[in-house]
Amino acid sequence: LGHDIHFHDKKIALLEAGPRKEYDRMPDSYSNRVSSVSPGSATLLSSFGAWDHVCSLRLKPFRRMQVWDACSEAMIVFEKDDLDDMGYIVENDVIMSALTKQLDAVADRVEVFYESRAVGYTWPLPSHSSDTSPWVQIQLADGRRLQTKLLIGADGHNSVVRKKAEIKNIEHQYDQSAVVATLHLSEATDNNVAWQRFLPTGPIALLPLSDTASSLVWSTSHEHASELLSMDEESFVDSINSAFWSNVNHSDFIDTAGAMFRSAISLLKPSGTAARQLPPSVARVDPESRAMFPLGMGHATEYVQHRVALIGDAAHRVHPLAGQGVNLGFGDIACLAHHLSAAAFNGSDLGSLKHLLKFETERQRHNVSLIAAIDVLKRLYSTRLAPLVLLRTWGLQATNALPPVK
Amino acid sequence: TAKRLSSTSHSSVDSKEMKKFQLFADKWWDEEGEYSALHSMNDIRVPFIRDTLLSMSSNYHLGNPLSGVKILDVGCGGGLLSEPLGRLGASVTGIDPLEDNIRTADQHKSFDPVLAKRIQYKTSSLEEIVEESMETFDVIVASEVVEHVADLEMFIKCCSQVLKPEGSLFITTINRTQLSYVLGIVVAEKIIGIVPEGTHEWEKFVTPEELERLLESNGFSVKTVNGMLYNPLSGSWSWMGSTSVNYAMHAVKSGARGQPSLTNALSEVESEQPSATSGTAV
Repeated sequence: LGHDIHFHDKKIALLEAGPRKEYDRMPDSYSNRVSSVSPGSATLLSSFGAWDHVCSLRLKPFRRMQVWDACSEAMIVFEKDDLDDMGYIVENDVIMSALTKQLDAVADRVEVFYESRAVGYTWPLPSHSSDTSPWVQIQLADGRRLQTKLLIGADGHNSVVRKKAEIKNIEHQYDQSAVVATLHLSEATDNNVAWQRFLPTGPIALLPLSDTASSLVWSTSHEHASELLSMDEESFVDSINSAFWSNVNHSDFIDTAGAMFRSAISLLKPSGTAARQLPPSVARVDPESRAMFPLGMGHATEYVQHRVALIGDAAHRVHPLAGQGVNLGFGDIACLAHHLSAAAFNGSDLGSLKHLLKFETERQRHNVSLIAAIDVLKRLYSTRLAPLVLLRTWGLQATNALPPVK
Repeated sequence: TAKRLSSTSHSSVDSKEMKKFQLFADKWWDEEGEYSALHSMNDIRVPFIRDTLLSMSSNYHLGNPLSGVKILDVGCGGGLLSEPLGRLGASVTGIDPLEDNIRTADQHKSFDPVLAKRIQYKTSSLEEIVEESMETFDVIVASEVVEHVADLEMFIKCCSQVLKPEGSLFITTINRTQLSYVLGIVVAEKIIGIVPEGTHEWEKFVTPEELERLLESNGFSVKTVNGMLYNPLSGSWSWMGSTSVNYAMHAVKSGARGQPSLTNALSEVESEQPSATSGTAV
């Protein structure tokens, strides 16, 4: 918003709980928190000059995504026809640094309060002829007070803004935690494929960071996650390799049924079955890079209220299995910025519900089906039960063969 | 038919009209209340004013498009239109004959430090400010006002006096047709109730032809006329090809003689060389 021309004489304050993060050069080791950035999100970042900074720091484009089941041979491959990048694996610190640089560039319009916290909010009364200010009042931990026409809550899935605004949140804790780590491959390779295998305990994903390193995101039960964190490095690496390569979960029944379906497809649609590639094997893990965090799903019943808007994880929280969490947030930003820019150019009060509702409708329409689909996928793949495995095997094989569904 | 009180026969203000608005003087800023249709009218009248003015100017900044423009909002009510114009950078003077309206407007703008400086409100009729504001304003906006004034020709004459030469006058109002009677009064007031009953009197509606005639015979040149339509289901306004219900008009006050202006200068040059430019109409 600070870079939007219609916001030229507006004032924006950004409250950031963490410290300022800016890098001129990235450290040699990779951070274990990474995001899969879609091309659409990259476009958003480049619209205000941040993507250039990301590119000059470091990122890894990937061209292909292979997703397959541990309980069958079913597999689906995503790749763009024109060999364009499907997405980019970027460390979160890199994105933060790029954003910090671009915030500095508009420091006359955007004031960033690092290491600050809001401790109290006073919402405006609905009555319009009262004597109190119709704006939102915010009290900071250090005692300062701010007032604003529009408060945007981008404070994550435990959003305080959402709670204080009394917006109901539909939420559900998964019995899963995600284990992240930075891994080094056995041998250097053209590491431009993202791999994900659905194990009955949860999906394990390998995201490329460089030709020799990849980032691990392994969603599994809380107990297993703790085990993975506490075991020695060799055992940890063995577990990962076994998770990707072992066929212990296959059953003859499913394999036969799957093979039948596959030959049926290759009769009808010869190009519909692709060759299965083998993921790289892992040699070692970066010490200190193992971490875990609990997973859940959430969706706010409202994204907006008078003078309040929620974006990103404050509005919706998804399972990392689709790599979509951050991209949904970027989508929210592009949409809200578009509506606020138009409202500013119309001289409207920025906190007015009229344009905020347009943002909410547009994003809910887009988000709800995706969030529901991710949740369904998570549940569908959390089982070894034959009927469901068969269903998802055939479903995946069919989807792989039919471009429109894909 | 409206009875005009003799004491106001020399004023454009009709005190009967004023009484109607007195009732709702503090309801202006409730976006879902009696004035919700006027709130949503901002979505088309503000861009209309903004884009017309931008197209006539070559020197503006998109972040502050109306900076430096002095606007008079006649019949400003609670300031519904003054505020967005102020946010776009204009210096706005809002006048309304009803003191309670001005009080509401003043209170509402007081919370916004930027607007508090850019907008000035005054309880006044148009005639009362003519003396002190000759040729002061770049733009006059009279939105949803002319259907309430007592003497339209005098109103227009006063507009001309306070407007700078080549200044713009924007008017939005309701046409006097069978359709506007059905939609504007029967449906809007009596059936759906989106306008408080009794707000409008059909006989006082002005047709675009009458308005254009009055403007052109008082030194204005009408540039644009656009029909407007309100959709009560969506609560929003849109432009319409036909002016049979609501319409907006943009007129420009002609440059006065003797005042240097580009078009005048050009025509003077041409008229000095009659032999060289034979038969060219000036």
